[in-house]
Amino acid sequence: MGFELVVPSQGVPVRCRHALIVLLAAACWGQVRATPPPSVHGGGATFPFPLYAKWAYLYKAKTGMTLNYLSIGSGGGLEQLRARTVDFGASEYPLPEDRLRVQGLLQFPMVVGAVVVGFNLPDLPSGELRLTADLLARIYLGEVTYWNDRAIRDLNPGLRLPGLPITVVHRADGSGTTWLFTQYLTRAFPAWGKAVGAGPSVRWPVGAGAKGNEGVASYIKTIPGALGYLESTYAAQSGLATACLRNRDGRFVAPSPSAYKAAEKQADWSGPVGDGTFLLDLPGPTTWPIVGASYILIYNEQSDAAKAKSLLGFLDWCLGEGDGVAEELGYVPLPDGAAQRNRAAWAAKVKSGGKAVWSPAAAAAGNP
Amino acid sequence: MNQPHPPPVPGSGIRRRSQSQTGDRIFRGTTTFFALLVLALIASICVVLYVKGHLAVSTFGFKFLWNTAWDPVKEDFGALPSIFGTVFSSLLAILIATPISIGIAVFLTEMAPPWLQRPVGLGVEMLAAVPSIIYGMWGLFIFAPIMSRTVQPWLKGHLGGLPLFQGPPMGIGMMTAGIILAIMIIPFIASVARDVFSLVPAMSKESAYGLGATTWEVIRGVVVPHTRSGLVGAIFLGLGRALGETMAVTFVIGNAHKISFSLLSPSNTIASTLANEFSEATTPIYTSSLIELGLILFLITTTILALAKFMLWRIAAQVKGTDR
Repeated sequence: MGFELVVPSQGVPVRCRHALIVLLAAACWGQVRATPPPSVHGGGATFPFPLYAKWAYLYKAKTGMTLNYLSIGSGGGLEQLRARTVDFGASEYPLPEDRLRVQGLLQFPMVVGAVVVGFNLPDLPSGELRLTADLLARIYLGEVTYWNDRAIRDLNPGLRLPGLPITVVHRADGSGTTWLFTQYLTRAFPAWGKAVGAGPSVRWPVGAGAKGNEGVASYIKTIPGALGYLESTYAAQSGLATACLRNRDGRFVAPSPSAYKAAEKQADWSGPVGDGTFLLDLPGPTTWPIVGASYILIYNEQSDAAKAKSLLGFLDWCLGEGDGVAEELGYVPLPDGAAQRNRAAWAAKVKSGGKAVWSPAAAAAGNP
Repeated sequence: MNQPHPPPVPGSGIRRRSQSQTGDRIFRGTTTFFALLVLALIASICVVLYVKGHLAVSTFGFKFLWNTAWDPVKEDFGALPSIFGTVFSSLLAILIATPISIGIAVFLTEMAPPWLQRPVGLGVEMLAAVPSIIYGMWGLFIFAPIMSRTVQPWLKGHLGGLPLFQGPPMGIGMMTAGIILAIMIIPFIASVARDVFSLVPAMSKESAYGLGATTWEVIRGVVVPHTRSGLVGAIFLGLGRALGETMAVTFVIGNAHKISFSLLSPSNTIASTLANEFSEATTPIYTSSLIELGLILFLITTTILALAKFMLWRIAAQVKGTDR
């Protein structure tokens, strides 16, 4: 019978061990007082992953809530959300209204990002090359194939452009970056819309495909004469030379956080998200033309009120205190008006058993 | 092998037999179960691929096999560019890897001093243990720039007229993918080749040397003919691996849905298409087309393996015929 009393590995009698666990639990209870909010799972777009991970890390240190975010791509995130294996999905392109209605989903922007055009030309630094949307479309259609093509020279009279072939680089994997870029080309150059169209992945007439923003950056760095589009943060990180683009006002703008914020200011945040192009190609002298939002999707009807409250509390914190971190990492935080609209939508639409889960007043009173 | 069984031990025989029979039966049952599990697994992979790919099969029919379009926006999908890229890159890899691997194996078994045999052999085997993503990253960050700056411009300068060397030398494309694949399959071919070479009876080789044959003659006349079937097996093992290799190829092949015979142009393979596009395939027909691609890769690999078995069997039959 002595066998039963002794835990083989440690030699501590079972009864003692139980006591120990109870003691430990009591100690923990005493220390934390309140249990941490239930943990939340999300999945989707890869672009905001570094930001969501950092937000989750900081928020956990503050409240003890654990948030797991699986960076599996927007499509994967929506699929997991449909299967209800995650509590929220993240997508770089908005779902159409009818699909939101059918699935009972609430969709809102969380953070803003920009797409820039990087290139690799010897002796040509960042900010000197000027491009326009229709020229980009013609390059990506394979109509303009050399750097010293007339169309490029006319835009850049002061530059000495080499007779190198343009190697067009695009994303090989489906991505919100591609979606935004092809939306931009479709709007600017009707022939692009007819020949290729817009989407997270399209049939590229020319060029080489690289996996992920990092892949595009390294392809451009590797290949002399390469040109490609990528998220602004990745271009900045890898030190790529980027091109100026002509915006709606006809001015050439270099990519910069202030140019992205100018687009945010011009955008109409009051309407529905629609097709998600409300940040694209907006007027204003300093506005960067290729700007888009990253979205989060949750179910209107939540089965677990505590969990939903925990998630919304986190998102509320991200849109408030989290702004600084977003800017540190190179993202563009939502303008205050948009954040308020999100909060209003959560309070009005997210329910559990017919009751609202979250309210701004309660959140302000005592954040968990 | 055909030695008669030892006579049963009288007396103790009955009990022992009954005991061992129960154990035997359990053992036989378990092993049969696991063996059948493999077949069940293969069958279920096949069924799942077919069921999930059914939408694409019924939408595009056999046209899927020779359609060159891959257009997620207009939802028009065809497998030919991916099939072409898969076969082309693998054949390229085999073409490069086979002579090198046989060279390594010959050196290790016939020429290397004993103190060098083990380290070199170990090194070759270590190559096989390098994860494929490492090959991909090395290929993209180090090898591709070397190709685009030195090797490919030289090739274009000297052989630019050939259809094999059209397009700008960007370092990313079929040629780089083929070479990376070759490096990845060399350890497999080389180590199997070394093993079969070392099985050649010393007597045969010594006799040839005794007749005044040179090392080259011994290798050509004795070692290689003696091990033909093993070599074919080794090459097919490498081919099977090259066909399904994913990450390394995805990094360096350029991922363009296009058929081109130029070694410099970007291309793609079935495996790289799957790796790239699966996570963001948002429409049912897109996902289904990708799964049908997977089914095709499965069938190609199975066919190659079957072909390998068939060739091995024919060679074995020939050898039997000539040996008498």
